[in-house]
Amino acid sequence: MNHYSYIALIPLLPLATFVILGLFGRKYFKTFSGTLGTLSLLASAVLSLVTAYQYFLVDGPVNGIYQKIIPLQYTWLQFSPNVSIDLGILLDPISVMMLVVVSFVSLMVHIFSLGYMKGEERFATYYAFLSLFTFSMLGLVISTNIFQIYMFWELVGVSSFLLIGFYFEKPSAVAASKKAFIVTRFADLGFLIGILILSFHAQTLDFNTLITKLTTVQSPEFISITSTSFLGMSVLTWGLTLVFIGGAGKSAMFPLHIWLPDAMEGPTPVSALIHAATMVVAGVYLVARLFPVFSMDAIALNIVTYVGLVSALIAAVIACTQTDIKRVLAYSTMSQIGYMMFALGVARQGGEEGLGYMGSMFHLFTHAFFKSLLFLGAGAVIHMVHSNDMKDMGGLRKLMPITHISFLIACLAISGIPPFAGFFSKEEILLASFNANKLVYGVALFTSGLTAFYMFRLYFNIFWSKAAHVHEPHHGEGTWSMKLPLIILAVMAVIAGFIPFAHFVTSDGALLETHINYLFSVAPVLLAVAGIGLATVLYKSQNGKPDAVAVGLGGFYKAAYHKFYIDDLYLFITKKVIFNLIGRPAAWFDKNIVDGTMNLMASLTAKLSVAIKGLQSGKVQNYILYFFGGIAVLAVLFIYIWK
Amino acid sequence: MNEVPVTHILFVSTALFFTGMYGLFTRRNMITMLMAVELILNSVNINFVAFNKYLYPDKLDGVFFTIFIITIAAAEAAVAIAIIINLYRSHHSIDVEDAGELKF
Repeated sequence: MNHYSYIALIPLLPLATFVILGLFGRKYFKTFSGTLGTLSLLASAVLSLVTAYQYFLVDGPVNGIYQKIIPLQYTWLQFSPNVSIDLGILLDPISVMMLVVVSFVSLMVHIFSLGYMKGEERFATYYAFLSLFTFSMLGLVISTNIFQIYMFWELVGVSSFLLIGFYFEKPSAVAASKKAFIVTRFADLGFLIGILILSFHAQTLDFNTLITKLTTVQSPEFISITSTSFLGMSVLTWGLTLVFIGGAGKSAMFPLHIWLPDAMEGPTPVSALIHAATMVVAGVYLVARLFPVFSMDAIALNIVTYVGLVSALIAAVIACTQTDIKRVLAYSTMSQIGYMMFALGVARQGGEEGLGYMGSMFHLFTHAFFKSLLFLGAGAVIHMVHSNDMKDMGGLRKLMPITHISFLIACLAISGIPPFAGFFSKEEILLASFNANKLVYGVALFTSGLTAFYMFRLYFNIFWSKAAHVHEPHHGEGTWSMKLPLIILAVMAVIAGFIPFAHFVTSDGALLETHINYLFSVAPVLLAVAGIGLATVLYKSQNGKPDAVAVGLGGFYKAAYHKFYIDDLYLFITKKVIFNLIGRPAAWFDKNIVDGTMNLMASLTAKLSVAIKGLQSGKVQNYILYFFGGIAVLAVLFIYIWK
Repeated sequence: MNEVPVTHILFVSTALFFTGMYGLFTRRNMITMLMAVELILNSVNINFVAFNKYLYPDKLDGVFFTIFIITIAAAEAAVAIAIIINLYRSHHSIDVEDAGELKF
């Protein structure tokens, strides 16, 4: 399989850019750095597309099943003959799909940032961080073993931290980056323990071996991991749940989602790349990667389903009330990732049962395009208006026609209106949940209507509503480097749904025939249209109706506006409970007991030395006296006492 | 021929030792103190030679020790005189009472 070895270049090119720009960017490539980063990523993106072409179309499936290929693999750390940590490249349908998504969206963001970040003081640093992120994310998706994925997992975490806190002179950005880091780190602790449990029982870190061992019911590893139980759940369930906690933290699933809305403090293109299209779906990717193992355990899958479902619903409700356009998009991202999660949760391994898996991956694919388009569009709007708040916007459709049209396309796509991309992927998810669980289906359908409503609330508030009152439309829509990605992504948001995805990515690698059942589509599309209609009535022109509705909903609206008080709950738990009950006693113990012991020893020594320092008089004859006195004492001791 | 009893010799060496010790304690001149140290060393040398002769006449260990001590005493004298010269350069005195800075 040597003809795939060029794949190593895909992550290594951004790494090289990161090193070059990180070390020399500020001095030597002050303005050229953006072009350098974009060019190297262009090469990566082209290579990714070549890989996908080669993998899916030239090599194709063998006996109807896409093979897992490991073109490169080498031992990085050898702990013992049996335990080693490897680095390598794993190609299978989902990793190839993710390669394309990550490098493509990243390329769009790089191009967009050329215009958006122009004139920024730390322009080169920004591109260095973007490259670091892209490298880590590409490394994550092609990981061959669970430890490699963990390393890159932390790397994307740290680059996300760096980029959220890019405007570090703003206290809110610093707080947001800290929050994102701490919350995801907390979740990653679960991930690490999960890795240790799974790999301890499977006796391997390698994905392929691990999956084979833990899905063969007769294997000793499977028997050992299912027969041991802890607190009433089998160790397999514990391991998978802990791994899922890591995924949920990264993917901003309830109740670990609190960092994502705050992460919008970063530059908007960063939000488009990291917090919409790539890093936040890493959790979904992780569950999909270990899906054969998850499918052996109904409890873990149920946890995935309900966490995803609750996140999807709650985020959609909150999104209806927010006024910061980036926060609306953040909650919408969370809601869509919830979709992907519960689609995985209702899926089972193989054949028709695996429809949810395929739907989830399909939604991940299409979502990456239209959500990054929405964020980049929002970025262009913010660039124009210099504000994040939708109260400052309105009537922009004449001023920014390209942004307007592409934003509309993305809104239609996310609402699931045919023939845009979101329709097809959402349809698969809804069908899968309909087949598996009617409750999940009902909530998903309702959420899909809500999605259409809040997206068009956003759309009308930005582009219609009141007349435009931009003080100085000094720059038109922005440079071409900002418009071009919008156009490309809008085209993708239209056509991505027509890709016969079931032929490429399925739970077992075999082809899956899907049929669009038009009767089935009627309900979701009607709901979406109803949502859009409602949004049109309420928000197309300025009127008192939204306020009346808000007053009518009373307490519920208030709770949703305050994000269901989840942030306040966290603050209460950390500030009041943890700080008072654990932090303060620990601080007291540290100050009084630990420091006290050390201080006591120091002061005793000091007192003793003050007491005896007179002995060191500086007079040689005194010293001689001590010396001979000592000798005399020793002589007496040796001669008369210890004979 | 009458042998000299060992006690006589030990008496001489003890007298020499305490003379040296007396000098070491009472003198403030560093050269004199150095001479006193040499007296102490030589009293030890006498002891070595005496015990060697009276207890183990067929061995030479004590004599070797004496030679070692003489050698080391020479080296020690060189070092001590170097120290004294340096002290004189900095303090213009070789009185130990004048060099009392190195204390608490």
